[in-house]
Amino acid sequence: MKIGVVVFPGSNCDHDAWYAVTHNIGHQAAYIWHDSTKLGDVDAVILPGGFSYGDYLRCGAIARFSPVMSAVKSFAAEGGLVMGVCNGFQILVEAGLLPGALLRNAGLRFICKTVGVEVATTNSPFTHAAQQGQILRVPVAHGEGNYFAEGRILDQLEAEDRVAFRYTEPVNGSQRNIAGILNEGRNVLGMMPHPERAADPLMGSTDGLAVLRSLASAVVVAK
Amino acid sequence: MMASAWSPEVIATHGLKPDEYEKILQILGREPSWTELGIFSVMWSEHCSYKSSRLHLKKLPTRSKLVLQGPGENAGIIDIGQGYGIAFKIESHNHPSFIEPFQGAATGVGGILRDIFTMGARPLAVLDALRFGPIEDAQAGARNARIVEGVVSGISHYGNCFGVPTVGGETVFEPCYNGNPLVNVFALGIVKQDEVYYGKAIGTGNPVIYVGAKTGRDGIHGASMASAEFTEDSQQKRPNVQVGDPFMEKLLLEACIEAMRTGAIVGIQDMGAAGLTCSTVEMASRVGTGMEVELDNVPQRETGMTPYEIMLSESQERMLLVAEKGREHEVFDVFRKWGLEAATVGVVTDTARTVVRHHGVIVADIPSRELADEAPLYDRPHTTPYRVHPVERLTPVPASADLTADLRTIVSSGDMCSKSWIWEQYDYTVRTNTMAGPAQADAAVIRIKETGTSVAMSLDGNGRYCYLDPREGTKLIVAECCRNLSVVGALPVATTNNLNFGNPERPEIMAQLVASIEGLAEACSFFEVPVTGGNVSLYNETLGTPIFPSPVIGIVGLMKTEAPVGIGFRSEGRDILLLGGLGECDEVRFGGTQYAKAVLDDLWGLPPVLDMAFEKRVQQAMRQIVAEGLAESAHDLADGGLAVALAESSFPNGIGARIELDSDLLPEFLLFGEAPSRIVVSTATPERIQQIAAELFVPVIRVGVTIGGHLEVRNRNLPLIVTEVETLRLPWAGALEEKLESRR
Repeated sequence: MKIGVVVFPGSNCDHDAWYAVTHNIGHQAAYIWHDSTKLGDVDAVILPGGFSYGDYLRCGAIARFSPVMSAVKSFAAEGGLVMGVCNGFQILVEAGLLPGALLRNAGLRFICKTVGVEVATTNSPFTHAAQQGQILRVPVAHGEGNYFAEGRILDQLEAEDRVAFRYTEPVNGSQRNIAGILNEGRNVLGMMPHPERAADPLMGSTDGLAVLRSLASAVVVAK
Repeated sequence: MMASAWSPEVIATHGLKPDEYEKILQILGREPSWTELGIFSVMWSEHCSYKSSRLHLKKLPTRSKLVLQGPGENAGIIDIGQGYGIAFKIESHNHPSFIEPFQGAATGVGGILRDIFTMGARPLAVLDALRFGPIEDAQAGARNARIVEGVVSGISHYGNCFGVPTVGGETVFEPCYNGNPLVNVFALGIVKQDEVYYGKAIGTGNPVIYVGAKTGRDGIHGASMASAEFTEDSQQKRPNVQVGDPFMEKLLLEACIEAMRTGAIVGIQDMGAAGLTCSTVEMASRVGTGMEVELDNVPQRETGMTPYEIMLSESQERMLLVAEKGREHEVFDVFRKWGLEAATVGVVTDTARTVVRHHGVIVADIPSRELADEAPLYDRPHTTPYRVHPVERLTPVPASADLTADLRTIVSSGDMCSKSWIWEQYDYTVRTNTMAGPAQADAAVIRIKETGTSVAMSLDGNGRYCYLDPREGTKLIVAECCRNLSVVGALPVATTNNLNFGNPERPEIMAQLVASIEGLAEACSFFEVPVTGGNVSLYNETLGTPIFPSPVIGIVGLMKTEAPVGIGFRSEGRDILLLGGLGECDEVRFGGTQYAKAVLDDLWGLPPVLDMAFEKRVQQAMRQIVAEGLAESAHDLADGGLAVALAESSFPNGIGARIELDSDLLPEFLLFGEAPSRIVVSTATPERIQQIAAELFVPVIRVGVTIGGHLEVRNRNLPLIVTEVETLRLPWAGALEEKLESRR
């Protein structure tokens, strides 16, 4: 079992994702450089946090054109598991793999804090090992995490049980407190909170392991 | 080459004194060219040459078994075992942050990060010490608020994008910083001991390679600007402030570290203050070599730049490196991979001269060592440290009408209120090493994945104490840093310092600097925390008003990796011990306290008395207590004394305290006196702590017990403070944002 971690110029949570996979849940991980057109022999892909291409123009707006994203799209289309965290979520939205947009935080300031995140569905490869309604303590660290979509899209996300995580209280102005969503096929997850930062008892919380372990065991089952 | 005498006005605008110009003539044996005049101007500026402070900085202790690299390089390095070291240093960006707060602070972060990764170390943590004028200030308040917001968002912008956690720091407000805010940034990184890189131009014939951002006209004479006082037209110096690009810096970091791994790099130095000038001259002078550079090959952002401009530009995110001849392509490959510009701009020579060409014509030809090392050195006259406030208060300290209200006033004051509005804008959890981030413990703690051990960092300053007595004040800061580290269980091992002072040409200001350095030397020797580097920022005056002498001290400590002891009381019914005892205080020693400042709006007297031997024993006892896992929470008594320490211990978890004291002191002194060498500890095992303290001849008093939701302090049954924790916490938590809101 091997998880690929994409490295864009400006990714800065790539090492953290790699470390969490290899050290905290004990699986293999491999970096995938942004200009490669193949993902290699990986079983799942993480798009890590950071400021890809400096986040110039708009967060994730340049990264979506990166060669590796065509490979990620094909991988996802074939049912491969793709998880975008923070900037990774922004890239997935820009790439059209997930609906909606991530706007500047309601307070117009960067926010770094550990927040309550409710598991809104366990019907996904990323959350099946968690409990429905379980509150995870997970850090956020972003300036543009304010989830926005038209009302009918939000209704659809809820009707199809595709809201994966909700903040337990308003954090950044996100509509309906949405912290993470799934695609239609439920194999692509985007979330603003950082599970890889809550994967080690020394960091104060291990609640992020629920997400990482779900992902890992889903791959093992699929194999 | 043009050789004509420059007018005294031209020489003066380059910040060069007549005798300094004479020395230039001696070194060159002729008149300098325009470019050479610019080069001497920046290299001999106070900022680059430390000409006023160098003589005194020699008094600092710089060696220990753990010091691998002391002062003189881009950063100091200490041994943390298992073949690894940590590189760390502090830098100021005070002047630019006043003129353009956002970019000034952002590029301050960028500059110190480059100092760290230039040495081959990957940055792991940043802390910053900030000083602003009060937001409440009748005249300057609105501007101060804008500076606060600009500086904080500048640090946030740069550090967050770069991907280094900002894990701590401190923020203080004083009117003396109205026209002179201080932005001091500390950074620390990890490096393998056998992969340390130095700024050395070794090997005649080796190519000199320029990498990173293109050179523009920004920041020309930034170093000279930082070496003069502010006047009314300083705002016009905005073009002197550089513009930062943290994305570029992140790429530069990754590319440099990858290029170093090729083994093809023999020396590397960042282009910071004085840009290309400083990097070429210093790299050559350190090893007695020379360098020839052709400016046509320097990547340029603008057309028509003169050699003067190219040599003096302080454009950010640039590095100069020397590669092994014949292996340049390995370096170029890495930089190309990261999409960065790299160009061979020159060659290392054995002439010991820095030779600069433009379109093939020599525009500067200067002996490197004389330029770098024979900068003027001044033994500036120093008299008695500047102060206008009395030692004795003219009238006795008035008896407080309501000590609880006083406590509320203090905890909601600018200095003491929660700074979460600031640090929540900093990513402090990236890199997944942060074990104690902002406000969680007395020191910031990060784990080092490579070694399985941890590093604690404390950054501290106290301008009031240092104004009242620069020598004792500085010693108190060192003591507090070491105490903070000991509270989390870390052994203090090394120091970096940023000396922020006024105009050294005034003997009473120079006296502050000399006394402070001597205090620093004395305390660092005593606490065995040698100084491995630092920065001096002088001329922090506006229209003749100097800042308080403001040394900022950063000390790092080593510890094993385990959950650090936090500030907050964790459970009810625990014994509260005061390690170090109740402490002494009298009226003279009360004049520099937060009570004097926030409640009485006054300043007088002397800083608290420090007994270093006693302090050291208290710290030793504390580390032993932590090592045995006996402390549930621990917090040192500093600004605001016992009452504030108890309040701060109550805030995180809403668990308060019932305290019963037995003292002859005036209630104000008892609650708010700031005697050092004291730590509040909550514990389930008081007996063992008492035993440890007794063995080290340290008094420890059981002062009370933790309780739910209330804070009550009595002295001999007389209630002094009675409050719900929440009514104290709310104003503390919201004060800073409220103050800023009121200025929008």
